[in-house]
Amino acid sequence: MKYPVLLRQSIVLTALTTTGLVHAAAGPAPTIEELWTVIQAQQKQLEALKAKAQQTEEKVEATGEILEQQVASSGGHGGSGKTTIGGYGELHYNNLEAGDGTDTKEIDLHRFVVYFGHEFNERTRFVSELEVEHGGVEADGSPLDGEVEVEQAYVEFDINDEVSAKGGVFLLPVGIINETHEPPTFYGVERNPVESVIVPATWWAGGAAVTGNFANGLSADLALHSGLQIPTTGSSAFRIRSGRQKISNANANDLAMTGRLKYTGIPGLELSGSVHYQNDISQVSGDGADEATLLEAHAIWNRGPFTAKALYASWDIDGDAVEAADADKQDGYYVEGSYKLTKEFGVFARFNDVDGVRVQDEFDQVDVGFNWWPHEDVVIKVDYMDRENDNDSDRDVDGFNVGIGYQF
Amino acid sequence: MIRILGLLLISLLPITSSARGVYQEPTAFINEVFAGKPPAVSRLWLTGTLKEDASEILGHPPASLRLRYWGQARRTAWVLEEIGKEKPITVGIVINANRIERIKVLIFRESRGWEVRHDFFTAQFSNIGLQADRDLDKPIDGISGATLSVRALKKLSRLALYLHQHTPFAHDAP
Repeated sequence: MKYPVLLRQSIVLTALTTTGLVHAAAGPAPTIEELWTVIQAQQKQLEALKAKAQQTEEKVEATGEILEQQVASSGGHGGSGKTTIGGYGELHYNNLEAGDGTDTKEIDLHRFVVYFGHEFNERTRFVSELEVEHGGVEADGSPLDGEVEVEQAYVEFDINDEVSAKGGVFLLPVGIINETHEPPTFYGVERNPVESVIVPATWWAGGAAVTGNFANGLSADLALHSGLQIPTTGSSAFRIRSGRQKISNANANDLAMTGRLKYTGIPGLELSGSVHYQNDISQVSGDGADEATLLEAHAIWNRGPFTAKALYASWDIDGDAVEAADADKQDGYYVEGSYKLTKEFGVFARFNDVDGVRVQDEFDQVDVGFNWWPHEDVVIKVDYMDRENDNDSDRDVDGFNVGIGYQF
Repeated sequence: MIRILGLLLISLLPITSSARGVYQEPTAFINEVFAGKPPAVSRLWLTGTLKEDASEILGHPPASLRLRYWGQARRTAWVLEEIGKEKPITVGIVINANRIERIKVLIFRESRGWEVRHDFFTAQFSNIGLQADRDLDKPIDGISGATLSVRALKKLSRLALYLHQHTPFAHDAP
């Protein structure tokens, strides 16, 4: 390579400077030719370094590709891609006083729930929910008087883009909280009493169901499943909640069906109506408890930080014994307003009117309180409740509740 | 009546057609966005501040070391994933001049929250930008029962808007 003399001298000077050959050290100065040899050697090193940098970049890219492939196959929450794990739970502190002067001061691990899901292929999946209530169980009920329950265990098949079917144990498509009840998703420490006394949430059954979800925001559910088996004698006679069989050798003499139409085609709006029908709600013919129909309707309206909810549910039960016990009509409603002051903090107020069959299940109740979400999946709740019984002031209850809940 | 309903349910089971889930392949989405002539793919490495900010937006560290995107003029297109309740939701997002031009759910794998894949929900995101605190500058009305899917889409929208600001295409002249 030929360079003009001036350029060669400039390069030599630059090289002298950069290589530190120009210094105050003693010794003979290198010749121009020696320096030129050094520069040529440095040029080769520079080209080698460039090639190495290119190789390193290619290796990093290849490593990135491999890592991304591994991440893509590792799935979600603690999953292997095919199998997923999740859960939720809540601890409650209740400080309540009844009209007869008795106090309730309790701390209760109300729920500890684990989900297991598995994807057999793109069209077939398994969903399950295992729940331990009130800390666990013991043979004699002391000190653990809770329950261990499988509330969901079903296989779902996609029939096409819009229709899916499932078989197994599943939550019935009724009400607001029956299918979605993770603590961070609702206000109030305890769930609303209408969806406990009238809609016996959490309400699950064994059977088969078909669901259609359509582009206009309409969805339809139809399920054929195990029915209720309400008692006709004793202190819980004709009480709906006592009729849940929980799929433990459930009596299937008389199956039930549940249908729902839901519209969510306008962002923030949900309108839903469900019908549940059972030919014999006690599963025993001739005992005076026969045909039963539940009608449930609700609306949810969310605009920015404000949400309003309203739900009404009503049972109509036929039978001489039911009518004699004044249990043929059991209904309730609630209205709730909530406002999120910040992303982490919201306040709510709710009015509930419940008309069940037992004396203690006939009341009006007001709840006010707040939710604080220190993380979007963790909630701390505080509320004050005031329950006025329709017939017996000894059963009035007021006080406050504190809870902590999570989901993952 | 119950027997008839039972037969109806059983009769529906053998019907099969296409699998639910993939509504548009990501490559088809990118082709559509750039009218069949997509630019070469670019990569954004999530390191340093970028990684910290992405973690803050998502609420967890990003699953990827780097993200691919396609940029042209003042537009960038992203294909991002976030878990709703259990499964990842794959979303295509186009940012134009620091605002959302388009958002589309490409692959939806969850059992619930199906509403988020329809236009009646995603239309809310049109022309939304990012505030200084990295939140969306307009509220998104949620869907009861689809909270986690809605949340996933909001996070991915915020992430795409934020990442767009760190590409050369954010500062291109109109």
